[in-house]
Amino acid sequence: MTAIFVLAEHRQGIIRDITYEMLTKAHEIAQKTNTELTAVILGKSAKEKAKPLTEYAQKVLIIEDQKLENFTSDAYQKVLSTLIKEHKPLLTLIGHTSYGIDLAPRLATELNIPLATDCIDLAFEGGTFTVTRQMYGGKVNTTATARKAQSYMATIRQAAFQPQKPQPPANGQIIEQPSPLTEEAATKRFIEYVLPPPGGVDITAADKLVGIGRGIKDQANMPQMEEFAKTIGAVLACSRPIVDKGWLSNDRQVGSSGKTVKPKLYIALGISGAFQHVLGMKNSDLIIAINKDPNAPIFSFSDYGVVEDLFKIVPALKNKINELKIQK
Amino acid sequence: MDIVVCVKHVPETAEAELKIDSTGKNIEKTGLVYDINEWDDYALEEAVRIKEKQGGTVTAITIGTEDFDSTLRKCLARGADAAIRLTDPKFQGSDAYATAKILHSIIKNLHCDLILCGLQAGDDGSAAVGTILAQLLGVPHATMVKKLELCTGTAKVNRELEGGLEEILEIKLPALFAVSTGINEPRYVSIMGIRKAMQKEIKVLGLADTGLTEAYVGEAGSWLKTEKLYVPPVEKQAEFLKGTPDEVATKIAELLKSRGLI
Repeated sequence: MTAIFVLAEHRQGIIRDITYEMLTKAHEIAQKTNTELTAVILGKSAKEKAKPLTEYAQKVLIIEDQKLENFTSDAYQKVLSTLIKEHKPLLTLIGHTSYGIDLAPRLATELNIPLATDCIDLAFEGGTFTVTRQMYGGKVNTTATARKAQSYMATIRQAAFQPQKPQPPANGQIIEQPSPLTEEAATKRFIEYVLPPPGGVDITAADKLVGIGRGIKDQANMPQMEEFAKTIGAVLACSRPIVDKGWLSNDRQVGSSGKTVKPKLYIALGISGAFQHVLGMKNSDLIIAINKDPNAPIFSFSDYGVVEDLFKIVPALKNKINELKIQK
Repeated sequence: MDIVVCVKHVPETAEAELKIDSTGKNIEKTGLVYDINEWDDYALEEAVRIKEKQGGTVTAITIGTEDFDSTLRKCLARGADAAIRLTDPKFQGSDAYATAKILHSIIKNLHCDLILCGLQAGDDGSAAVGTILAQLLGVPHATMVKKLELCTGTAKVNRELEGGLEEILEIKLPALFAVSTGINEPRYVSIMGIRKAMQKEIKVLGLADTGLTEAYVGEAGSWLKTEKLYVPPVEKQAEFLKGTPDEVATKIAELLKSRGLI
C-alpha cells in the first residue's frame, strides 16, 4: 500500500505541535486516497518519542542515529531522500517551520517531486494534487495545482489544522530502519543552541498587552504608545517589524519567532495580522484591533475592531480611561 | 569576496486594499507602489557590508520586466557593482522551482563565494527559491539567517528557530544564505544616489542566454500552477465599533470597564 509520510518535528526532546496538526490532516487524506498514514521520526533516540505517534499513524518509521541528534537539513535530506526513494509515498508532509523551510525545497529538488510550501489546505481532487496557500501577507488566498507526478510534497503552515486524535487510536506499528548516514556532514555543522538572554520583560506573564506594529510609523511615536500602555496598566508588546527596526527588544515580540501570549486583553495597534503574529496571540481572551485597512487580516481574529487611524483613537481612549479612573 | 544577491520587485501591500483582477489569477496592480522585497533589502545590505569590510564585488540579479529596473537601480545606488535582469515572456507563470532554474542558469557561470537572498518574498511567500537554487548549484545553505560571520573558508550563522531560540551552524563556503529581516539595518539611499546609479548599466538577458528550453521555464517548467486567487472568506469577523474617535473611545473604555479590565 502506498503511504503518506508525515515528518515528526521535535526539538530538545519535545515533539512539536505541528506534527500532530499534520497527522490530523494526513489522516483525512489517507482515508480518502486509501493510503497508509506513516509518521517518520529521525533522531538520536527517536524510539522513546514514537509512542504518541502510534495513536495517530498506522506506521511509525524510526531512524536512529547519533548523527541525527540535532536537526540539520542536510543530514535529514540524506535520510529522507533514501526513505522516499524506497517507499515512494504518494505525499510527504513537512512543517513550514524552521525545520521544513530549510529542508523541503532542497529535498524536493533532489528527488524532482512537486512541492507546495506554506499550505493551509490540501487535497487530491480527481487525482490532482490541489493546495491552498496565502499571498500578500494573508490578504489573498490562492488555489494551485501540482503537475502530475508519482509523489508530492508539501510544507504545512503551523496551526492551519486542529490536532485531533483518531478514534479509536490508530495503534500504529513501529518499524525501525537502519540509518543511511555513513559519515558526519562535511559542509554543515551544528554548533549549539543560543537561548534568548535572561531577564528583560516577560510578556507571557502580563494580564494586559498593547501590541504595536508597522502602523506606528515612526520611532518618535513610541513614547505615546508606552504612555498609552501605562494608562491601561498594560505591558507593551509588538509584531516583528518593530523588533527589526530596533524600537523594542525581541523579548517583546509576539508570534512564531517570538512569544505565544494569552492575556485577558490584547489591543493590536497598527498590526495587519500576518499569520506569524496571529499565531502568538489569537488565544487571548479579548482582542481589540485598531487598523486603517478594513481588510486587515487581524480583524478576523479580533473580538472588536476599529477601522480608523490609530493616532486618532489612542489619545481619545487614553483620555476616556483617565476620566473613568478619576470617577472611581 | 564576490557576492550575488537575488532580489525581487514586489508591490507594497501591507496597508493596501487588494482586489482580484479580471483573470482571477492575479491582483489588481494599478495604484500599488512597488519596491525591493523587504527580505531582499536586508540581503543586499548584508552583501554590501561584507564587501565594504573585505573587498570584492556585489552583483544583484532579478527576473522581471523593465519596471524591475528601479529595484536594481536601488541596489546599485546602495553599493552593488553590477546588475542583471532576466526577462522573457516565456518566464511568465514561473513558480519557485522554475524561478530557481532560471537564476541557476546564469549564476552557475558567475564567480561567487556567497549567494544571498531574502528568506521569502512579500507577494507569494514561498520561502523556497533560495533553497532550491542552493541544491541546483550544489552548495550548502542556511535559511532564516539572523547573523552572519565570515571566517576563512567557512561562515558561522545564527538561524532563528522558534520562541526566541536560535542555533549556530558552521557552513563551508561557497554557500547560499536566505536572510531574515532584522539581520542588519538597511541604509537609506538618497535620491542623488539613485540618480547616480542611473548611469550604471543593467545587463538584460533573455531565455536564449539561459541555455534553457521553454519546457524548463514559466508554467511548463513549474511544479505548481496558480488556478485562482480570492479574498479569504471571513470565518470570524470582529464586531466593528463605529463613530467619531471620541465615540469609539467611549465604547472601548466602557467595554474594558464592564469586563473589569480597568
